[in-house]
Amino acid sequence: MSKFKKKKGGELPAISTASLPDIVFMLLFFFMVATVMRDSTLMVTNSLPAADQIQKLDKKDRVMYIYAGKPSSRYQDKYGSQARIQLNDKFASVGDVAAFVLAERASKRQELQNVLTTALKVDGETNMGLITDIKQELRKVNALKINYTTRVGDYTQNMK
Amino acid sequence: MAKRAAPEVNAGSMADIAFLLLIFFLVTTTIETDSGISRKLPPTDEIVDPPIIKERNIFTVVVNKDNRLFVEEEVMELDDLRQAAIAFLDNGGGEGEEACDYCQGKRDKSSSDNPEKAIISLKNDRETSYKVYIAVQNELVAAYNDLRDREYTRLNPMKGLTYTEAQKRYDDPRTTSDEKERLRPSLDEVKAMYPQKLSEAEPSKTN
Repeated sequence: MSKFKKKKGGELPAISTASLPDIVFMLLFFFMVATVMRDSTLMVTNSLPAADQIQKLDKKDRVMYIYAGKPSSRYQDKYGSQARIQLNDKFASVGDVAAFVLAERASKRQELQNVLTTALKVDGETNMGLITDIKQELRKVNALKINYTTRVGDYTQNMK
Repeated sequence: MAKRAAPEVNAGSMADIAFLLLIFFLVTTTIETDSGISRKLPPTDEIVDPPIIKERNIFTVVVNKDNRLFVEEEVMELDDLRQAAIAFLDNGGGEGEEACDYCQGKRDKSSSDNPEKAIISLKNDRETSYKVYIAVQNELVAAYNDLRDREYTRLNPMKGLTYTEAQKRYDDPRTTSDEKERLRPSLDEVKAMYPQKLSEAEPSKTN
């Protein structure tokens, strides 16, 4: 019977990859929308602590970032494993914070200069001594609005 | 001449191009965390004579160098901090002019007079770990937010929002200025009822 013709050959048909570009483009657009360009390479470890009583930061042009934490592994033989401050792309000491803030402030538009926020992106393992020193420096230059940048999460994650 | 059909462009390498772009974006971008606990530092100018504050209006929270928490000089677990802070802020033990008519606390004579007088003093050591400090800050802010939420829903039952939701909407840049104007008085009212008075002492030296 012609209806039950034997299938010719036993090979599997090739899977069509015609939709592969679509899938990849979809991923691409997701990443383009959900992420931002990094503007400075992180040289410190930066696993932020978790908190849930958080407020969103202001627009990006009104924020200056101060990073702190232990130098990441490839900088450790040069800079040691003590927690350090990173400003822009360089390691800095506490004394440089004030100058950094003033320079950042001067680079912003006039009307934004009084509404700047300092975002402290500090690694969870850092000791408070360093942060207190940063805060004292910020007080000296009157940069009083600060934000401890955190992950969204329950505080109990911090106690482990 | 016979019309020739245009040859089809081979789209087989489209996936490769897309992958290339994808990998470029994966490498050069980060998912930004742009939220956190906002604080305001005190200005540096020395206050010539500090106001006299009654001992019972101060709630001392100390985190020592081993990350242990001491509240009013007694050991406390972090899980109990929020309740203790709420009990202190909402106590309303004052009389006469200092009475607090919206407080729902125990009206204990040995605790705070009213939320306006109540000050939380946070002190940490130089060796305290940052993440524990953030956890403590988080719980203290949560205590204020819980109380503000309660009063906000009581005063504005028609809005169907809590204080934190309303504040979030107020901070959202997409909210229209009309709505902001409508939200502002109710937010300010609750903020005045429970002002956030969180003072941070200079840390103690370890040596």
